[in-house]
Amino acid sequence: MANRVLVATRKGLFDIRQRDPGNWAIHDRHFLGEPVGMVLQDPYDKTLYASLELGHFGTKLHRSDDDGMHWEEVSVPSYASIDGDDAPSLKMIWSMEVGAPGTLWAGTLPGGLFRSTDRGATWEMMRSLWDDPLRKQWVGGGYDEPGIHSICVDPRDANRIVIAVSCGGVWLSEDNGSSWRTATKGLWADYMPPGQKENPAIQDPHRVVQCRDAPDNFWMQHHNGIFRSTDGCVEWGQVSAHPSSFGFTVAVHPQQPDTAWFVPAVKDEKRYPVDGKLIVTRTQDGGKTFPSFATGLPQQESYDLVYRHSLAVDERGEYLAMGSTTGNLWISENGGEAWREVSNHLPPVYAVRFIKD
Amino acid sequence: MANIVCAQRFGDVGPLEPAAYQGETVQDVLDAAAMDYPRLKNYVLDDQGRVRKHVAIFVGGAMQPRETVLDNSLGPKDEIYIMQALSGG
Repeated sequence: MANRVLVATRKGLFDIRQRDPGNWAIHDRHFLGEPVGMVLQDPYDKTLYASLELGHFGTKLHRSDDDGMHWEEVSVPSYASIDGDDAPSLKMIWSMEVGAPGTLWAGTLPGGLFRSTDRGATWEMMRSLWDDPLRKQWVGGGYDEPGIHSICVDPRDANRIVIAVSCGGVWLSEDNGSSWRTATKGLWADYMPPGQKENPAIQDPHRVVQCRDAPDNFWMQHHNGIFRSTDGCVEWGQVSAHPSSFGFTVAVHPQQPDTAWFVPAVKDEKRYPVDGKLIVTRTQDGGKTFPSFATGLPQQESYDLVYRHSLAVDERGEYLAMGSTTGNLWISENGGEAWREVSNHLPPVYAVRFIKD
Repeated sequence: MANIVCAQRFGDVGPLEPAAYQGETVQDVLDAAAMDYPRLKNYVLDDQGRVRKHVAIFVGGAMQPRETVLDNSLGPKDEIYIMQALSGG
């Protein structure tokens, strides 16, 4: 039973545990005062990884072999192999996922995808993606430089990887990262000039998730709305939610591909909950309807924004965790229908993850 | 030979008390210190070997331009002081 959530924040990593049903609390804290951008548990060996975005000293990656009692700094992805004037350097680890057993993936700013097969001791850049001419069209979205925020490794075949980029579209590899092609058919960007609305390389998928037990099913919160693919990203179709289809995050039920959760916000330059009321929408019919849920969430003067990685669902699809830019953290134990606050005064939340004991 | 010392914020990443290392330039001394402090260069320099934007290096008590400081020639009494720029909240 999933009863732990790791919460990466601007001022530390928090280990949240369920004491009793409906009762969650901060159990432990790590890296207090340091910005923790992303956290990951390797489900195969239970290793924890936490990336620190040190404002002065750059991105650092820490690894714990004993469930957070001790942490060791390991290597970070490097752009040293890319030369030329104004050569790039690592700005941030925006996403981390486990692929095949023993394989870590890291999506970074300014746009490199990296793989490690030695638990973070060394990293290899996916050069074919970086060298793709379309990659040069990527632009910043969320940050000044483009970044890879979503990495979906197919549970049936770890060689099949889908990544999403703000702003650089969706890319698919079927050979463990050796070659890549865009997978954006059906996506469109309302805000682009005529002739550019369907350009694969400028799409801004804010977040893409894949259904674990039905992996041809993907959900996307795009800058331009909500999209879904049921055929392994061959094609995307747009659906509409009330009160808004704008947002940053999405979570998909691990077993039910028609079920996904979103956190709507005002579109799009003024980002806060519609009418200052924070809600979560959930579809259970593949996007035909989106009932919204407000129980336990602030219904007046809420300016909480939930970033890309700050909504998570557990492996059974029952518990959800959600953290906001204003330091609120909520847990739902009934599929998002009702929420209970865990803290109102955490630092700004960057990522939440359910992990196994 | 020159002394190198880091601000407290570096913790165990670099020498917090003046430590002497051989070298004719700041880069040389940093390379030498990195033999004892293998994480130091990754904190001071980015992955292209440039001084990080929010790191300041003083030589002989004067802050040096980050674009050229690594090539600064050092006198025998010079001390290299590395600190984080003051920013953030």
